[in-house]
Amino acid sequence: MSEFLAMGGYAWYVWMAYGAVAVVVVAETLAVRVRLRAARTAARRTDPAAAPPAARFERENPA
Amino acid sequence: MSTGALRAALDRPVDFSPGRAFTWALARDLRIAVRTKGELGVQLLFYVIVVSLFPLATAPERTLLAMLGPGVLWVAALLASLLSLPRLFAGDHADGTLEQLALSPYPLPALVSGKIAAHWLTTGLPVAVLAPLLAAQYALEDLPRLTLAAALLLGTPVLSLLGAVGAALTLGVRGGGSLLALLVLPLCVPVLIFGAGAVEAVRAGLPASPHLSLLAACLLVAAVGTPFAAAAAIRIALD
Amino acid sequence: MNWFRYASPASFYPLAGRIARASAAAAVILAVAGLAIGLVVAPTDATQGEAYRIIFIHVPASWMAMFVYFVMAVWSALALGFNTRLSAMMAQALAPTGALMAFLALWTGAFWGRPTWGTYWAWDARMTSTLILLFLYLGVIALRHAVADPRRADRACALLSLVGAVNLPIIYFSVRWWNTLHQGASVSLSSAPKMATVMLTGMLVMTFAAWAYCIAVSLTRVRAIILEREAAAGWVREVATA
Repeated sequence: MSEFLAMGGYAWYVWMAYGAVAVVVVAETLAVRVRLRAARTAARRTDPAAAPPAARFERENPA
Repeated sequence: MSTGALRAALDRPVDFSPGRAFTWALARDLRIAVRTKGELGVQLLFYVIVVSLFPLATAPERTLLAMLGPGVLWVAALLASLLSLPRLFAGDHADGTLEQLALSPYPLPALVSGKIAAHWLTTGLPVAVLAPLLAAQYALEDLPRLTLAAALLLGTPVLSLLGAVGAALTLGVRGGGSLLALLVLPLCVPVLIFGAGAVEAVRAGLPASPHLSLLAACLLVAAVGTPFAAAAAIRIALD
Repeated sequence: MNWFRYASPASFYPLAGRIARASAAAAVILAVAGLAIGLVVAPTDATQGEAYRIIFIHVPASWMAMFVYFVMAVWSALALGFNTRLSAMMAQALAPTGALMAFLALWTGAFWGRPTWGTYWAWDARMTSTLILLFLYLGVIALRHAVADPRRADRACALLSLVGAVNLPIIYFSVRWWNTLHQGASVSLSSAPKMATVMLTGMLVMTFAAWAYCIAVSLTRVRAIILEREAAAGWVREVATA
């Protein structure tokens, strides 16, 4: 195991490279999911009275 | 005017040709530039100062400066042209002239080409003329200096053309000047490489013709394509 | 089947969700397999030692950086040609992912270059072109943030992406020209070590993993963008409260 981590003496280079990839992948995934969740919450809180007239009409007068 | 002459005048087909549009826009912008003389001087002064800064920041050693020279003179030309680009369309945009130009029956790309030509005549051309004189600060021989002038004459129009697209895209945007630089500089890399490369080739005793031919090719492609892109960007900005 | 119905943000939203989930699953499986091949199964390289293992992430990142820009340019062309909102939203969603891929290509390339060629940054043609590609991505993202009106931003960024796409081959050619004039010999990160089949397989699997990952992330981002920009539409509130 320690042999694997040592990467034949190139540990710094290999793990800095793979580490950056891991950080970016995790960060981007989280950021995107947080953004989607926030958008969903914001959409939930949209004031129905502020919607454009057509949407409001349909909401207040369901077919 | 007699009725006959009036009718003849009204029936004469109006020439909405690109050529007329180009010359009209060119003449107008040159007239405006001449009336607001201050701006021209500031740009050239900026160029001189930037070129003089590099030896101060490094070392006034002849061999070092000779190596840096072409690159510095080119990068400074790039920065100087960026300085004047925001003003290319901003003035007309502010007083509504740009909208009138977009609505007119004259082809917008032709009008834009005229403005770009005026911009080059007032910024790129003076830099191309001044650079060989400043090249003396970088211990460049006569032939490299001549090549530098030729390369700048071919390359600075391309900078104006590409810059026009950036200026049109960032019309009326806050922080437009720096954003314009960010957008335009990567696109200008080929001009920089071929332009500075021409001078270095001559200094190494090689012919500069491949570099200059490539610059000419860039100029042709840019001259044909960018007016349309800039016109499209103006219409996007005006909507 | 009328595929054009998915040009509507309302019908594309659930589809994007399904594809994103499937892609994410595929990305995880492929990444595990690829990393197993790359880090464990593949033998040590004769000349570069263990450091060569960085290619299993460097090459996929480079390819994705270029491929994502190409896809972004295609969506931009569609947005300008058909004036569709969703095409522009797709281009908007792809830009950050592409920029991050370009950044990773540069970062991993630097850490590969140091042990193998002695320097973190060797001004070789491919790395320099990738750097300029990163600048192009950042320019599109900056323009998006700078322009207030979303539809104007859509069209401006689309035009900028296309101008960049046309310029990229010219830039790449000029940088290669510049590089051959100045470097003369050897230093080239594009000459990979002679590859055993195992190494090639590992690289291919990781490339597909990267592709699946980019699809998953950008489709999820486009879902967020759709909800943000279509907030006034009735279906958005229903979907959000569901």
